[in-house]
Amino acid sequence: MRAMTRTLLAACLALSASAALAGVDIQQWVASTGARVAFVETHALPIVDIQVDFAAGSAYAPAAKSGLAGLTASLLDAGTRQRDENALADRFADLGARFGAGAETDRASVTLRSLSNATERVAAVDLLAEVIQQPAYPQAVFERERARAIAGLKEAQTQPGYLVERAFGEAVYGDHPYGRATSEASLNALTRDDVLAFHRQHYTAAAAHVSIVGDLSRAEAEAIAVRLTEGLAKGEAPAALPVPALRDSTVLRVAHPAAQSHVLIGMPGLTRDDPDYYALVAGNYVLGGGGFVSRLMKEVREKRGYAYSVYSYFEPQRVAGPFRIGLQTRGQQADDAIAVVRDTLKQFIAEGPTQQELDAAKGNIVNGFGLRLDSNAKLLGYVGVIGFYGLPADWLEQYPRAVSELTVEQVRDAFQRRVLPAHLVTVIVGGDGDVTAPSAAPAR
Amino acid sequence: MRLWKRWCDRAAFGRDETIAARRSGRPWSQIGALALVAVVSAPAAQANPFETRLDNGMRVVVKEDRRAPSVVHMVWYDAGSMDEVAGTSGVAHVLEHMMFKGTDTVGPGEFNKIVAGVGGRDNAFTSYDYTAYFQQVPADQLGRMMTLEADRMHKLQLTDEAFAKEIEVVKEERRLRTEDSARALVHEELMASAFHAHPYQRPVIGWMTDLDRMTPEDARRWYREWYAPNNATLVVVGDVDHEAVFRQAASTYGQVPAAQLPRRPVVEEPPQRGVRRSVVRAPAELPYVAIAWPTPTLRDPAKDADVYALQVLAAVLDGYDGARLSRTLVRDKQVAQTAGAGYDGIARGPSLFYMDGAPAPGKTLAEVEAALIGELSRIQTEGVAEHELARVKTQAVASRVYQRDSLMGQAMEIGGLAAVGLSWKDEATLLEGIRKVSADDVKSVAQRYFSKDQMTVVVLEPLPVAAEMARRPSVKTRH
Repeated sequence: MRAMTRTLLAACLALSASAALAGVDIQQWVASTGARVAFVETHALPIVDIQVDFAAGSAYAPAAKSGLAGLTASLLDAGTRQRDENALADRFADLGARFGAGAETDRASVTLRSLSNATERVAAVDLLAEVIQQPAYPQAVFERERARAIAGLKEAQTQPGYLVERAFGEAVYGDHPYGRATSEASLNALTRDDVLAFHRQHYTAAAAHVSIVGDLSRAEAEAIAVRLTEGLAKGEAPAALPVPALRDSTVLRVAHPAAQSHVLIGMPGLTRDDPDYYALVAGNYVLGGGGFVSRLMKEVREKRGYAYSVYSYFEPQRVAGPFRIGLQTRGQQADDAIAVVRDTLKQFIAEGPTQQELDAAKGNIVNGFGLRLDSNAKLLGYVGVIGFYGLPADWLEQYPRAVSELTVEQVRDAFQRRVLPAHLVTVIVGGDGDVTAPSAAPAR
Repeated sequence: MRLWKRWCDRAAFGRDETIAARRSGRPWSQIGALALVAVVSAPAAQANPFETRLDNGMRVVVKEDRRAPSVVHMVWYDAGSMDEVAGTSGVAHVLEHMMFKGTDTVGPGEFNKIVAGVGGRDNAFTSYDYTAYFQQVPADQLGRMMTLEADRMHKLQLTDEAFAKEIEVVKEERRLRTEDSARALVHEELMASAFHAHPYQRPVIGWMTDLDRMTPEDARRWYREWYAPNNATLVVVGDVDHEAVFRQAASTYGQVPAAQLPRRPVVEEPPQRGVRRSVVRAPAELPYVAIAWPTPTLRDPAKDADVYALQVLAAVLDGYDGARLSRTLVRDKQVAQTAGAGYDGIARGPSLFYMDGAPAPGKTLAEVEAALIGELSRIQTEGVAEHELARVKTQAVASRVYQRDSLMGQAMEIGGLAAVGLSWKDEATLLEGIRKVSADDVKSVAQRYFSKDQMTVVVLEPLPVAAEMARRPSVKTRH
């Protein structure tokens, strides 16, 4: 059986993955500034995509200063020593360039898409360097944006989709940096000096990874990487994040007048370089990652009509990012839907996928790998992940190969060791507005 | 109208997307971007794309893009929620869900399974104007997709049992997207108020009351009436040879018989005789206002200059980070938490120009509404600056280049134009239309289309969540 599977998958690999990946040549080096760089040269379109990642996500902000990482990133273009926010926005627009900046848990990312024509490209890169290296964080803009962030937060706090995410993060991670939620108090406590200090400490060349994809030469890419990081403090690699502790299984209910209950079930899961990475990701495809063909979709949506959306996924991060199962269903049937999810998960952990299911998962992941890389934008995302997390340069080739070699036993074993019902937390927000009787539909 | 197209899945691998700047407070920014993307398209002069028509009337458009061994395959039906009649709102979208339930020869969910097995992704979406189905797969799987999609064009098995479950899924979708979203309720009310006669008054997903009463026969009738090759456009973009695709199309879709299509009534909206105002009360923190004005829809790409001028007007107001609404209302005057404007003009039915906003702390909704109108008034009297005009045009050209990075984006462009009676052949004209817009043209449309009597205004009055909970004693017994 196993030998047959291997042959079959070897055929699949030969068929698509190798062809799709043949063109992806990631060149990596360390710039003279100390920044790490990854570059993919592709001349099919006259565009350049750049992403600079810093270890400056929300996990690196002090506990009492939640919101600091996000503001530091989003206010990069609030003004520099030379230009105010409007002049910056106008200049990017006049160049036809697109700028973006924001913070996730691990990373703060700054992105630029520009035409590759030298005039536009050089000017856009210069402007990006100015924004990264010389943000002024003007006091007035800082105060205005902090007030807007507070107002936005208050609005979000009326929405069950936001409330369930926040409660889930706190329940799964407790005091760990991954569990911290921005609050009105934490935003109010922030000062412009905090932002300046956070930028100085975390937006350093040593903590930077520059990804470049597009229509330019290696020499031009080298110059861009230096240009973007030359004015930054050299800095040091950031301190390691603590490993999240597992919490006891709990069920948390938050009342809310929404018709639907928003449900999240999960626990700390995967790191980016986790030895169980492929077994868990491939297994999860069968459980709840494979869209319409997953077990959860079949049981919850197709068989019972309980939900429009039901899914599970691992979010690999620097230290264990969350594994989660999510769904939304009308309040009165939430308990029934959750029971179906629990049964489905329990059975999957006990038995693992069937050979047929695992083969289907391999087929999807291996055959579809090329589709993940068929545009510069998609490629940039992967290059950024590989570079920022220090994955092997041939990770895009390793990935389908490793998946194709998995066995049912390996997947089941990984789930049994890593998805632990004794540590799964369940958060349920809303559904209290569901007051009409279910299935009261007349004239069916 | 494209804002409200309904995608029916969540992305499983969507976690490495680029990050958008969020500081501009532009809720309609997507419309602005879409308007430009939709409008601007002038590839280098070459034969690509290629078009033909099958004997049964099905239109076929193929765009060769050989960068990666990947292909997007889409079928667009000229049947959207605007073709529904009162009492069956939402049936176009319900049928879209039912299309995944199997045919005479392909089991329920089997199509999904085949797509997943070859590493692809698939889905469908319904809008006011059309319903579309797509798969993105390795290029060597295209023939199989065409066979399967052609099969469900005329061999769908629509059972009572499958319908009974799926209608509940659709109601959950409506709860998720609309019932529990205060601003979605505002947009629904805005359309219902702005259109007294035109079917755009009904939501694409349908009123819950109509979904409650919908029968399997409603869905079957919809399928019988509208799903036919002479009411569809095939779009293929990717690593393919167009001649080969034409041949495959003839041997798959070409075998599906044409059908007599129902009459499509052309509904003219009666004149509006004064401002229309309504209120939505729903759980929220911030109040919110959305405003719409009737504006023209593009019919003749060579002549309808007002449409291009209105697109430029929307972009000057809200087309980029430093555009007028966020610069003036959010940053300088700090009257608004968010402020936006949007206009597409590419639709089968009538078009609206939108503005919306929420007040900054300490400001009122009335101040936001006045400030939004004030920005229009400023353009009515002072016009726009040449550098603003140039900036909008630069972005339009750049957007056109950037769009070519995505197979899906290119396929959406081709299909979206076909679905509203235009063509990819109009792309150059559409870009030229934008390029020809002068500052005077923008001022002129601002003066002609935005009278107070033509406004529809919907305001959101927030219901505090805590107070709502207190009014529902049943809650405590359940938790």
